Amino acid sequence: MRLAVAMSGGVDSSVAALLLKEEGHDVVGLSMQLWDHAADTGRTGRCCTLDDLSDARRVAWRLEIPHYVVNLEEEFREEVVRPFVASYLDGETPIPCSACNAKVKFATLWDRARAMGCEGVATGHYARVGIDGATRRPVLKKGADASKDQSYFLYDLTPEQLRAARFPVGELTKEEVRAHARRARLPTADKKESQEICFVPAGTRAGEFVENAAPAFGLPLPTVPGVVENAAGERLGAHAGHFRFTVGQRRGLGLAAAERMYVIAIDPEANRVVVGGGKELETSEADVSSLRFPSGEMPAAPFRAEIRVRHRAPEVPATVHPSGDGDARVVFDRPVRAVAPGQSCVFYRGDIVLGGGVIAKHRNGGSDRERRGA
Amino acid sequence: MKSDRKRGHLLSMIYLDNNASTPLDPEVREAMAASLDLYGNPSSVHSDGRRARRAIEEARDEVALLVGARPEEIFFTSGGTEANALAILGSVARGPGRVVTSAVEHPSVREAVARLCEERGLEAVSVAPDETGLDPGRILEAAVPGTKLVSVMAANNEYGGVFPIAEIARGLTARGVLFHTDAVQAAGKIGVGVREWGVDLLTVSAHKLHGPKGVGALYVRRGLPLQAHTPGGGQEKKLRGGTENTVGIVGFGVAARIARGRPADEGQAIERLRDRLERGILERIPRTDVVGGAGPRLPNTSTVVFEGVSGETLLFRLDLDGVAVSVGSACSSGTLTPSPAILALGFSNEQAKGAVRFSLSRFTSAEEIDRVLDLLPRAVADVRGARDRVPIPISVPG
Repeated sequence: MRLAVAMSGGVDSSVAALLLKEEGHDVVGLSMQLWDHAADTGRTGRCCTLDDLSDARRVAWRLEIPHYVVNLEEEFREEVVRPFVASYLDGETPIPCSACNAKVKFATLWDRARAMGCEGVATGHYARVGIDGATRRPVLKKGADASKDQSYFLYDLTPEQLRAARFPVGELTKEEVRAHARRARLPTADKKESQEICFVPAGTRAGEFVENAAPAFGLPLPTVPGVVENAAGERLGAHAGHFRFTVGQRRGLGLAAAERMYVIAIDPEANRVVVGGGKELETSEADVSSLRFPSGEMPAAPFRAEIRVRHRAPEVPATVHPSGDGDARVVFDRPVRAVAPGQSCVFYRGDIVLGGGVIAKHRNGGSDRERRGA
Repeated sequence: MKSDRKRGHLLSMIYLDNNASTPLDPEVREAMAASLDLYGNPSSVHSDGRRARRAIEEARDEVALLVGARPEEIFFTSGGTEANALAILGSVARGPGRVVTSAVEHPSVREAVARLCEERGLEAVSVAPDETGLDPGRILEAAVPGTKLVSVMAANNEYGGVFPIAEIARGLTARGVLFHTDAVQAAGKIGVGVREWGVDLLTVSAHKLHGPKGVGALYVRRGLPLQAHTPGGGQEKKLRGGTENTVGIVGFGVAARIARGRPADEGQAIERLRDRLERGILERIPRTDVVGGAGPRLPNTSTVVFEGVSGETLLFRLDLDGVAVSVGSACSSGTLTPSPAILALGFSNEQAKGAVRFSLSRFTSAEEIDRVLDLLPRAVADVRGARDRVPIPISVPG
């Protein structure tokens, strides 16, 4: 079977290509040119730089598979970077990796791969796809290595996308992946992992990127300075733009307070950052919008699930109450800290990803008090 | 099937990218292999040096004959890019003054002219061809008094347009304006003659005519003063320092001799194959258009706009199918800007992104063309299907 592998130049996608090749597939390596780092600050980012493309190419040589660099800068800019900047300016903390998976990798890249005669597209994600025996629908599951699981970034793939998706390293631990890479003498075997957002230059904060990129997207920046307040509306200080903050953030507030202070809410309209103590960061409910279910089936009745509100956050049992129009209220069994609007809220049952949505801005992270104050 | 594809990929590609580079002629290869033992420095006076010198001068004779020049007017360089730089940066000392080019020059000409503007105060004016060709009158109009240099390519790399070099030269001689032509794509495909054309400077490159990479030449009309841009040991009559690339130059010489000796009707045979490919595409695949087909073109080149197609994806697909073509010009930058030449000919941005160049050579067979015509409709349909496909619905029916 001809299969495309999205090769980032990292060890995981390198081994994904290796394993498919060893299974006897006709493997085509595709690397995405997503962002012109030279065009923003002149500094280089961590991912999709020419160095990474050249690593991917070296792996392809080693595996003797054809390798192409697919230029998806336009799609990436519009589907990932623009929404990322807009979301920050809207007081949220977005997850560009999810948008990239759903709207670029398993969308445009998959389209290109299909045009090249490929029957699926593989990535180096730590996740698994099975088929439900009864419904014949694809089932998205966590990666076997719990410490590396990336299912959180994949919950919004459609059944069609999941049918095309292959995650060859999903059954492996990171150590096993590295062992495969060493065994096959892949040049990326000992490459360091990149954790950053690929288009944000290394050493730069997301807020800095947002500030630099907003004008190019025609998105207005808030007037600075903005105010830092507590939930009671008392002014505690000033800040250089609400988009530099994330709910749950403790550092960089510039406050001298007796107790530890956290960002508990962001009010973009007034360029206001609301801070409070640890207790105020807790919430027992979250409104979630844009619900997606990898099975394609949107449940109508409330259901129980284990919930993650951040990548690698501990799971919290909760009841999900769908509203019937694509939103839901999630009621946690115990209070959860730092539920940040814009992040994904993913519902699990054991290893299975039931679905998820985007944490909505209102009613979360102390915003009850916030609204009362407003 | 799998091994077939692999074979196709590694061994028996149908190679239709001869404007990017050409396969080495076997005779060239032999001569080069033999010349690997000419280790002497051609500047050395001993017999080993003299043997290398003789091989180089014999090659110079051949290249001179190919372009209708005298050997002492031929200067070897590392390739077309260096020859263009030498011609442009070496001939215009400083402004004010004007440089006139076509709007579809190779980047090595465009960038050299840009440097004249930035660093030496020149003013650049370019004239775009249209689908019927390049109007020599418009070049001559642009070359107002005070023009220091006109540089117009003899044939365009991207769609094969052939430009009226002789007419331009005739108009310019009366005015005493220097005239350079980049004949990298023309040499070996159509007749090139520095005297018939009346040019002052002319660039050729070996690897576009079944010679090796890394060697080219600049014709400099006798008596024309030119400024070297690399300080060095005085080789090539002080115009281009650096120990000569004996093996490459020998290969260039043999390639030039072969190119000059090809039968007169060979170009027509290649043109018939090209036309067969073009007709086949236009007949079998809807929404296709030939770029520059109404004007004079190189016999080997066909650039086709496939509407609703990502040329890049079609290129990848054809590569997997065992056919080598190119999109725009084969450049190393990661960016995907539509070809300026195709835009200049009046195609839209979208159309230009669907342009694919097929460039044939004397090694292309009718069977290969027919095989491409068999493969292409399916490949184009698949690429169009991928692009036209309704985006995967992201929201879940609920």
